[in-house]
Amino acid sequence: MTLHPILVALRRHKAGVVLIALQIALTLAIVCNAVFIIGQRVERIGRPTGLHEKDLFMVEQTWVGAPSGDDPASIEKLDALQRADLATLRRLPGVVSVAAANTLPLTNNSWGGGVSLKPNQQNATTRSVFYFGDEQLLPTLGLKLIAGRAFNAGDIVHQGFRDTRTPPIVIVSKPLADSLFPHGDALGKTVYFDGSRATTIIGIVARLQSSSTSSWSSGFDYNSAIEPVRLDAYFSRYVVRTRPGREQAVMAAARDALYAANPMRVISDDPGDDNGIRSFAQIRDQAYRADKGMAILMGVICLILLGVTAAGIVGLTSFWVGQRHRQIGVRRALGARKIDILHYFQIENGLIAGAGVLLGVLLALGLNQWLMSHYEMTRMPLPYLLTGVLAMLALGQAAVFVPARRASNVPPVVATRSV
Amino acid sequence: MFGYYLDLALRSLKRSRGLTALMVLSIGLGVASCMTTLAVFRAASGDPIPWKSSRLFVPQMGIWQESARNADGEPLDALTYTDAMALMRDHRAARQSAIYAIAPAVFPARSGQHPSTVGGYAVYGEFFRMLDVPFLYGQGWTSQEDAAAAPVVVLSRALNLKAFGGIDSVGRMLDVSGHDYRVVGVTDDWNPQPVFYDVFGSGGFTPEGPGLFMPFTRAIAAKLSNGRTACDKEPTQPGFAGLKQSDCVWITFVAQLDSAAAARAYRRYLDDYAGEQRRAGRFGGKPNNRLRDLPAFLDAEHVVPGDTKVMLLVALGLLVVCLVNTVGLLLAKFLRRSAEIGVRRALGAPRGAIHAQFLTEAGVIGLAGGTLGLGLTWLGMIEIRLVLPPRLAALAQLDGSLLLATMATAVLCTVLAGLYPSFRAARVQPAWQLKSS
Repeated sequence: MTLHPILVALRRHKAGVVLIALQIALTLAIVCNAVFIIGQRVERIGRPTGLHEKDLFMVEQTWVGAPSGDDPASIEKLDALQRADLATLRRLPGVVSVAAANTLPLTNNSWGGGVSLKPNQQNATTRSVFYFGDEQLLPTLGLKLIAGRAFNAGDIVHQGFRDTRTPPIVIVSKPLADSLFPHGDALGKTVYFDGSRATTIIGIVARLQSSSTSSWSSGFDYNSAIEPVRLDAYFSRYVVRTRPGREQAVMAAARDALYAANPMRVISDDPGDDNGIRSFAQIRDQAYRADKGMAILMGVICLILLGVTAAGIVGLTSFWVGQRHRQIGVRRALGARKIDILHYFQIENGLIAGAGVLLGVLLALGLNQWLMSHYEMTRMPLPYLLTGVLAMLALGQAAVFVPARRASNVPPVVATRSV
Repeated sequence: MFGYYLDLALRSLKRSRGLTALMVLSIGLGVASCMTTLAVFRAASGDPIPWKSSRLFVPQMGIWQESARNADGEPLDALTYTDAMALMRDHRAARQSAIYAIAPAVFPARSGQHPSTVGGYAVYGEFFRMLDVPFLYGQGWTSQEDAAAAPVVVLSRALNLKAFGGIDSVGRMLDVSGHDYRVVGVTDDWNPQPVFYDVFGSGGFTPEGPGLFMPFTRAIAAKLSNGRTACDKEPTQPGFAGLKQSDCVWITFVAQLDSAAAARAYRRYLDDYAGEQRRAGRFGGKPNNRLRDLPAFLDAEHVVPGDTKVMLLVALGLLVVCLVNTVGLLLAKFLRRSAEIGVRRALGAPRGAIHAQFLTEAGVIGLAGGTLGLGLTWLGMIEIRLVLPPRLAALAQLDGSLLLATMATAVLCTVLAGLYPSFRAARVQPAWQLKSS
């Protein structure tokens, strides 16, 4: 079959052809970008923290009427309070280990700064978040040490949370070690935090995600340093690892035990995000709720778009089939087979969809470009576009099949009637 | 005549149920997705204090070295303690307040309950008049009480209900962080969004309003911890004293300037002050000061989350596709009735009448689509709570104006979509149609 008669026929339905092609183009442009957004969010949500996240929860509490922490005596008092809490939690049945920590990945409470190779370097070599914790932090979080040694009890110091001293040793994540020392010889080297605070790398953990999920830390998502410090402040945070399956039971017991040991504190009982005791699964869920929501919304919009476009093709093609009823009969009477009629409409749709897809590719790239310049968006990889093109062509063929088959069923006898 | 067209439209729509349902569904879905995302966007980008926002200004000063500055060249959205105090001391605006977020523990009046932390702000007494904070009982504190760092508090309606059972508690005492504070006022519900007076700390939106306010000077004297702090260099001294002397920023500032001249004068004052500090060696880098009114400030801060804009954009795209779809289907529907048009034209109907008939039909589809859209928008507002962060979702409200906008958009869009098809229908040649049928 030559294309010529199809093209001639199409010229008589310019408006309809243009509308379908336009609809396919717009659908392709939006669906490609939406699916790309979904892909990015899914990838983001799936990022590992480096923690063994099961059977892990965090306690966040604020002291009431506690000392200010500005002078050595009050820091000692705060530290004693904190050590008492750690002991209380350790005594709970079902607890494997407990550590003091200033923050955890995904909680968006961040301590951060520049890391340099030389003191008072004009521009820091890289940036990192800082974790502070005691010797129990590595085993409690389940971090994998790949070089050097972990902290032992003798390494741990305690200081006020606005104290600016840095302990002499630090453990860093591998990505931070690599960005400081690309040749892999970070162990034993001295680095400088915030320009001037010198410290020596004594251990490297395989992975530890940033405590921030915001755009602030994008670019150094896995740069983390752990300082052997118990921070003494008006608040404290503890991480608790429980025996498998005991997480919920221990979480419930922890609140009562802490209040019983010292009622002069606030552990938020907010039913939502601000609860003082949250499992790591909850923390993860909260951190990525917006991303999940965005992905779901984009998915819903894509489905609606594809449905509407497919329905539009069915509707308009059905109209054309009805309009050309008699012509189809004439063709059949002149010897065209059913399959020829079917192919006619399929090829016609292929042509229109092809034109729409061409325009759609341009629109998709343009939209991606525009999103890149206005929002945090990266360039859409080609596979997304190619998949989109194939999907749109397939959608067109699927949508046209029903009306095209109806056309092919028009009996040749129609040609002899009603002329 | 309109009644007749309406009757014709309903008959025609009934004749091809599938096509009609398709169009109504497509309009409904398009409009609903648009309205749902629009509600979120509108809530996020709203003016929190429309009657006064053009007279409220936020001074910003770039005080750090170039290397420590934001990539976009914007100065920080908070001040150091030293600078905030200098601006308060010089008092060049009609009203002004340094502000920082506090979260002290409040002891329950009744025993047997655990104390709880209450989020609030340390502000100057002028804050309440400047931002038109509504009061249920009492009022803000005086400038004398500011100067004396007096232990007074203003409670929110919610905290007053919790602590005092909702009575007029002015003059009563409340234990805040282990000290007695005298209640001087109770505000009515007040939680403007975005939280324009503390974008630095809040990030823009908070589901709950501030629970209490106390004098800035008092909070400093009591060393009440602040929320967010941003530093270029670590403070040289530890503790709260070190924070106060450091070049870390943690205090937000709002000034009321009632005329363009006052704003110009304040801008000049700000530049002079920054220049002085630069000469004294306190500020690094190039001069980089801003004095924006509230709408401009919120815009520059990118308070509206990028995601909500992208959502709105994609939903708009969906609406456009739905409209293109409707144009195509209407075209098919109208031209299918060429014979009928031919008869009407031959019997003397002018082109205008055909136009009117088909636009009425489009309008009916729009109305039906709008009604469906209303239902879907209502559903969407429930569903959006599942996919958006609660602090944003809580803002999106289904109100009268949104309902009206849904209906109007649906009808307007469908009539627009019907323009070309009805134009084509009106141009049908009567002779041709009569001949061939």
